[in-house]
Amino acid sequence: MKHVAILQFPGTNCDLDTKYAFEKLGCTTTIVWHKESKLPLNADLVVVPGGFSYGDYLRSGAIAQFSPIMNAVQEFANSGGQVLGICNGFQILTEVGLLPGALKRNIGLHFISKFQTLKVINNSNSFLQQCEKDEILNIPIAHADGNYYIDEEAFQELEANEQILLRYSNTKGEPVVVNGSVTSIAGVCNKNKNVFGLMPHPERALETILGSKDGIKMLEGLIA
Amino acid sequence: MTAIVNIFLKQGVLDPQGKAIHHALDAMNFEGVEDVRMGKQIVLKLTSDNKEDAQKEVKKMAEEILANTVIEDYTIELL
Repeated sequence: MKHVAILQFPGTNCDLDTKYAFEKLGCTTTIVWHKESKLPLNADLVVVPGGFSYGDYLRSGAIAQFSPIMNAVQEFANSGGQVLGICNGFQILTEVGLLPGALKRNIGLHFISKFQTLKVINNSNSFLQQCEKDEILNIPIAHADGNYYIDEEAFQELEANEQILLRYSNTKGEPVVVNGSVTSIAGVCNKNKNVFGLMPHPERALETILGSKDGIKMLEGLIA
Repeated sequence: MTAIVNIFLKQGVLDPQGKAIHHALDAMNFEGVEDVRMGKQIVLKLTSDNKEDAQKEVKKMAEEILANTVIEDYTIELL
Protein backbone atom coordinates (compact mmCIF):
# COMPACT_ATOMS: atom_id res chain seq x y z
CA MET A 1 0.00 0.00 0.00
CA LYS A 2 1.42 3.36 -1.03
CA HIS A 3 1.78 6.20 1.43
CA VAL A 4 1.11 9.79 0.41
CA ALA A 5 2.34 12.82 2.38
CA ILE A 6 0.11 15.86 1.85
CA LEU A 7 1.54 19.23 2.89
CA GLN A 8 -0.52 21.79 4.75
CA PHE A 9 0.41 25.48 4.87
CA PRO A 10 -1.62 28.25 6.48
CA GLY A 11 -4.18 28.94 3.74
CA THR A 12 -4.06 25.52 2.09
CA ASN A 13 -7.65 24.43 1.37
CA CYS A 14 -7.42 21.33 -0.84
CA ASP A 15 -5.57 19.15 1.67
CA LEU A 16 -8.64 17.18 2.76
CA ASP A 17 -9.91 16.72 -0.82
CA THR A 18 -6.49 15.40 -1.74
CA LYS A 19 -6.45 13.08 1.27
CA TYR A 20 -9.94 11.81 0.34
CA ALA A 21 -8.82 11.22 -3.24
CA PHE A 22 -5.75 9.16 -2.41
CA GLU A 23 -7.53 7.17 0.29
CA LYS A 24 -10.30 6.39 -2.19
CA LEU A 25 -7.56 5.04 -4.47
CA GLY A 26 -6.34 2.74 -1.70
CA CYS A 27 -3.44 4.73 -0.25
CA THR A 28 -2.67 5.68 3.31
CA THR A 29 -2.00 9.38 3.90
CA THR A 30 -0.43 11.79 6.35
CA ILE A 31 -1.15 15.49 6.46
CA VAL A 32 2.17 17.22 7.16
CA TRP A 33 2.12 20.69 8.74
CA HIS A 34 4.55 23.07 7.03
CA LYS A 35 6.54 23.70 10.24
CA GLU A 36 7.65 20.08 10.31
CA SER A 37 11.19 19.51 9.12
CA LYS A 38 10.77 15.88 8.11
CA LEU A 39 8.49 13.91 5.81
CA PRO A 40 7.09 10.53 6.94
CA LEU A 41 9.82 7.97 6.31
CA ASN A 42 7.43 5.69 4.40
CA ALA A 43 6.21 8.40 1.98
CA ASP A 44 6.10 7.21 -1.64
CA LEU A 45 4.66 10.46 -2.93
CA VAL A 46 4.53 14.05 -1.67
CA VAL A 47 1.60 16.21 -2.75
CA VAL A 48 1.62 20.00 -2.42
CA PRO A 49 -2.11 20.69 -2.59
CA GLY A 50 -4.07 23.71 -3.76
CA GLY A 51 -5.22 26.72 -1.83
CA PHE A 52 -3.88 30.13 -0.92
CA SER A 53 -0.78 29.57 1.17
CA TYR A 54 0.00 32.75 3.14
CA GLY A 55 -2.95 34.43 1.44
CA ASP A 56 -0.97 34.59 -1.83
CA TYR A 57 0.90 37.54 -0.26
CA LEU A 58 3.89 38.87 -2.21
CA ARG A 59 3.33 36.29 -5.00
CA SER A 60 1.44 33.00 -5.00
CA GLY A 61 3.73 30.44 -3.38
CA ALA A 62 6.50 32.95 -2.67
CA ILE A 63 6.44 32.70 1.11
CA ALA A 64 5.50 29.02 1.39
CA GLN A 65 8.71 28.07 -0.43
CA PHE A 66 10.66 28.97 2.74
CA SER A 67 8.61 26.85 5.13
CA PRO A 68 10.79 24.29 6.97
CA ILE A 69 9.12 21.30 5.27
CA MET A 70 10.21 22.54 1.84
CA ASN A 71 13.86 21.61 2.57
CA ALA A 72 12.73 18.04 3.14
CA VAL A 73 10.63 18.14 -0.04
CA GLN A 74 13.63 19.33 -2.06
CA GLU A 75 15.80 16.57 -0.63
CA PHE A 76 13.06 14.02 -1.36
CA ALA A 77 12.70 15.24 -4.95
CA ASN A 78 16.44 15.47 -5.55
CA SER A 79 16.87 11.86 -4.46
CA GLY A 80 14.25 10.76 -7.00
CA GLY A 81 11.06 10.88 -4.90
CA GLN A 82 7.82 11.73 -6.67
CA VAL A 83 6.31 15.14 -5.94
CA LEU A 84 3.02 16.49 -7.29
CA GLY A 85 1.98 20.15 -7.03
CA ILE A 86 -1.64 21.03 -7.74
CA CYS A 87 -2.64 24.66 -8.38
CA ASN A 88 -1.05 26.61 -5.49
CA GLY A 89 1.22 23.57 -5.10
CA PHE A 90 2.39 24.08 -8.70
CA GLN A 91 3.09 27.74 -7.90
CA ILE A 92 5.10 26.75 -4.82
CA LEU A 93 7.15 24.20 -6.79
CA THR A 94 8.06 26.80 -9.45
CA GLU A 95 8.95 29.37 -6.76
CA VAL A 96 11.26 26.90 -5.02
CA GLY A 97 12.86 25.98 -8.35
CA LEU A 98 11.81 22.31 -8.50
CA LEU A 99 9.87 23.12 -11.69
CA PRO A 100 10.82 25.55 -14.48
CA GLY A 101 8.90 28.74 -15.33
CA ALA A 102 6.57 30.90 -13.26
CA LEU A 103 2.84 31.55 -12.90
CA LYS A 104 1.51 35.06 -13.46
CA ARG A 105 -1.91 36.71 -13.05
CA ASN A 106 -4.49 35.37 -15.55
CA ILE A 107 -4.64 37.37 -18.75
CA GLY A 108 -8.24 38.49 -18.09
CA LEU A 109 -7.47 39.14 -14.38
CA HIS A 110 -10.49 37.05 -13.34
CA PHE A 111 -10.43 34.15 -10.95
CA ILE A 112 -11.52 31.30 -13.23
CA SER A 113 -13.47 28.40 -11.72
CA LYS A 114 -14.98 25.88 -14.15
CA PHE A 115 -14.57 22.51 -15.82
CA GLN A 116 -11.93 22.70 -18.53
CA THR A 117 -10.95 20.23 -21.21
CA LEU A 118 -7.25 19.41 -21.41
CA LYS A 119 -5.15 17.58 -23.96
CA VAL A 120 -2.52 15.07 -22.87
CA ILE A 121 0.70 16.21 -24.55
CA ASN A 122 3.20 13.68 -23.21
CA ASN A 123 2.53 10.46 -21.35
CA SER A 124 6.15 9.28 -21.10
CA ASN A 125 6.02 9.88 -17.35
CA SER A 126 4.50 8.18 -14.31
CA PHE A 127 1.81 10.84 -13.78
CA LEU A 128 0.13 10.46 -17.18
CA GLN A 129 1.20 6.90 -17.97
CA GLN A 130 -2.41 5.70 -17.75
CA CYS A 131 -3.60 8.33 -20.25
CA GLU A 132 -3.27 8.16 -24.01
CA LYS A 133 -1.25 10.77 -25.87
CA ASP A 134 -3.68 13.41 -27.26
CA GLU A 135 -6.44 12.14 -24.97
CA ILE A 136 -8.92 14.81 -23.89
CA LEU A 137 -9.59 15.04 -20.15
CA ASN A 138 -12.23 17.07 -18.34
CA ILE A 139 -10.86 18.49 -15.07
CA PRO A 140 -11.88 21.53 -12.98
CA ILE A 141 -9.67 24.61 -12.79
CA ALA A 142 -9.90 27.27 -10.07
CA HIS A 143 -7.20 29.93 -10.08
CA ALA A 144 -6.29 33.59 -10.54
CA ASP A 145 -2.58 33.08 -11.15
CA GLY A 146 -2.32 30.30 -13.71
CA ASN A 147 -0.74 32.19 -16.59
CA TYR A 148 2.35 30.04 -17.17
CA TYR A 149 5.44 31.89 -18.35
CA ILE A 150 8.74 30.49 -19.51
CA ASP A 151 11.35 32.13 -21.73
CA GLU A 152 11.88 30.93 -25.29
CA GLU A 153 15.10 29.03 -24.64
CA ALA A 154 13.74 27.15 -21.63
CA PHE A 155 10.52 26.46 -23.55
CA GLN A 156 12.47 24.75 -26.33
CA GLU A 157 14.15 22.56 -23.74
CA LEU A 158 10.80 21.78 -22.12
CA GLU A 159 9.37 20.67 -25.43
CA ALA A 160 12.43 18.65 -26.48
CA ASN A 161 12.51 16.76 -23.15
CA GLU A 162 8.78 15.97 -23.28
CA GLN A 163 8.21 17.95 -20.09
CA ILE A 164 4.94 19.53 -21.22
CA LEU A 165 2.21 17.41 -19.63
CA LEU A 166 -1.07 19.10 -20.54
CA ARG A 167 -2.48 21.97 -22.57
CA TYR A 168 -5.84 23.73 -22.24
CA SER A 169 -7.79 22.64 -25.31
CA ASN A 170 -11.24 22.39 -26.79
CA THR A 171 -12.93 19.00 -27.16
CA LYS A 172 -11.22 18.54 -30.53
CA GLY A 173 -7.81 18.92 -28.92
CA GLU A 174 -7.05 22.34 -30.37
CA PRO A 175 -5.29 24.61 -27.87
CA VAL A 176 -7.44 27.38 -26.37
CA VAL A 177 -6.51 30.52 -24.44
CA VAL A 178 -7.81 30.17 -20.89
CA ASN A 179 -5.45 32.26 -18.78
CA GLY A 180 -2.72 33.43 -21.17
CA SER A 181 -0.26 30.56 -20.56
CA VAL A 182 2.60 30.17 -23.05
CA THR A 183 1.23 27.80 -25.74
CA SER A 184 -1.74 27.05 -23.43
CA ILE A 185 0.38 25.00 -21.02
CA ALA A 186 -1.60 23.65 -18.05
CA GLY A 187 1.04 21.39 -16.50
CA VAL A 188 4.75 20.53 -16.70
CA CYS A 189 7.28 18.20 -15.10
CA ASN A 190 10.99 18.48 -14.34
CA LYS A 191 13.69 17.01 -16.52
CA ASN A 192 13.97 13.84 -14.43
CA LYS A 193 10.17 13.37 -14.62
CA ASN A 194 9.66 12.90 -10.90
CA VAL A 195 8.29 16.36 -10.06
CA PHE A 196 4.92 17.32 -11.57
CA GLY A 197 2.89 20.51 -11.47
CA LEU A 198 -0.47 21.46 -12.93
CA MET A 199 -3.10 24.16 -12.40
CA PRO A 200 -6.18 21.88 -12.88
CA HIS A 201 -7.48 19.88 -9.90
CA PRO A 202 -7.53 16.10 -10.58
CA GLU A 203 -8.58 15.48 -6.94
CA ARG A 204 -11.87 17.22 -7.77
CA ALA A 205 -12.63 14.86 -10.67
CA LEU A 206 -13.23 11.48 -9.08
CA GLU A 207 -16.96 10.85 -9.55
CA THR A 208 -19.07 10.88 -12.72
CA ILE A 209 -22.00 12.19 -10.69
CA LEU A 210 -19.93 15.27 -9.80
CA GLY A 211 -19.00 15.99 -13.41
CA SER A 212 -15.97 13.88 -14.24
CA LYS A 213 -13.80 11.03 -13.02
CA ASP A 214 -10.89 11.78 -15.34
CA GLY A 215 -8.75 12.73 -12.34
CA ILE A 216 -8.54 9.11 -11.22
CA LYS A 217 -6.22 7.90 -13.96
CA MET A 218 -3.90 10.85 -13.40
CA LEU A 219 -3.54 10.25 -9.68
CA GLU A 220 -3.39 6.47 -10.16
CA GLY A 221 -0.33 6.86 -12.37
CA LEU A 222 1.64 8.16 -9.39
CA ILE A 223 0.76 5.28 -7.10
CA ALA A 224 0.80 2.43 -9.62
CA MET B 1 18.33 53.72 6.58
CA THR B 2 15.38 53.00 4.34
CA ALA B 3 15.51 50.77 1.29
CA ILE B 4 12.87 51.00 -1.41
CA VAL B 5 12.58 47.98 -3.66
CA ASN B 6 10.55 48.44 -6.84
CA ILE B 7 9.51 45.26 -8.62
CA PHE B 8 8.13 45.07 -12.15
CA LEU B 9 7.51 42.32 -14.66
CA LYS B 10 10.41 42.14 -17.11
CA GLN B 11 10.12 43.95 -20.41
CA GLY B 12 8.73 41.44 -22.88
CA VAL B 13 6.72 39.63 -20.20
CA LEU B 14 3.06 40.58 -20.74
CA ASP B 15 1.64 42.48 -17.75
CA PRO B 16 -2.13 41.70 -17.59
CA GLN B 17 -2.78 44.19 -14.78
CA GLY B 18 -0.95 47.03 -16.54
CA LYS B 19 -2.91 46.24 -19.67
CA ALA B 20 -6.25 46.36 -17.81
CA ILE B 21 -5.34 49.73 -16.28
CA HIS B 22 -4.42 50.98 -19.75
CA HIS B 23 -7.81 49.89 -21.08
CA ALA B 24 -9.59 51.62 -18.20
CA LEU B 25 -7.66 54.86 -18.82
CA ASP B 26 -8.60 54.67 -22.51
CA ALA B 27 -12.24 54.12 -21.61
CA MET B 28 -12.11 57.20 -19.35
CA ASN B 29 -10.79 59.24 -22.29
CA PHE B 30 -7.36 59.84 -20.80
CA GLU B 31 -5.38 60.25 -23.97
CA GLY B 32 -1.67 60.04 -24.60
CA VAL B 33 -0.89 56.97 -22.49
CA GLU B 34 1.42 54.79 -24.52
CA ASP B 35 1.96 51.92 -22.09
CA VAL B 36 1.17 51.00 -18.48
CA ARG B 37 3.24 48.67 -16.32
CA MET B 38 2.11 47.76 -12.86
CA GLY B 39 4.56 46.78 -10.15
CA LYS B 40 4.94 46.77 -6.42
CA GLN B 41 7.00 48.72 -3.97
CA ILE B 42 8.41 47.25 -0.79
CA VAL B 43 9.79 49.67 1.81
CA LEU B 44 12.30 48.27 4.27
CA LYS B 45 13.44 50.09 7.36
CA LEU B 46 16.98 48.90 8.04
CA THR B 47 19.08 49.01 11.18
CA SER B 48 22.29 49.42 9.20
CA ASP B 49 23.71 52.84 8.33
CA ASN B 50 26.29 51.48 5.94
CA LYS B 51 25.10 51.99 2.38
CA GLU B 52 27.35 49.37 0.86
CA ASP B 53 26.30 46.66 3.32
CA ALA B 54 22.64 47.61 2.96
CA GLN B 55 22.84 47.46 -0.83
CA LYS B 56 24.39 44.00 -0.66
CA GLU B 57 21.89 42.70 1.88
CA VAL B 58 18.79 44.09 0.12
CA LYS B 59 20.00 42.74 -3.22
CA LYS B 60 20.19 39.31 -1.60
CA MET B 61 16.64 39.71 -0.25
CA ALA B 62 15.38 40.77 -3.67
CA GLU B 63 17.02 37.81 -5.41
CA GLU B 64 15.90 35.25 -2.84
CA ILE B 65 12.33 36.25 -2.09
CA LEU B 66 11.14 39.77 -2.90
CA ALA B 67 11.28 39.29 -6.68
CA ASN B 68 10.86 36.19 -8.82
CA THR B 69 13.71 36.77 -11.25
CA VAL B 70 12.21 34.34 -13.75
CA ILE B 71 9.61 37.00 -14.58
CA GLU B 72 10.49 40.13 -12.60
CA ASP B 73 13.15 42.85 -12.50
CA TYR B 74 13.81 45.02 -9.47
CA THR B 75 15.51 48.27 -8.51
CA ILE B 76 16.87 49.24 -5.09
CA GLU B 77 16.92 52.77 -3.79
CA LEU B 78 18.58 53.63 -0.45
CA LEU B 79 17.55 56.72 1.49
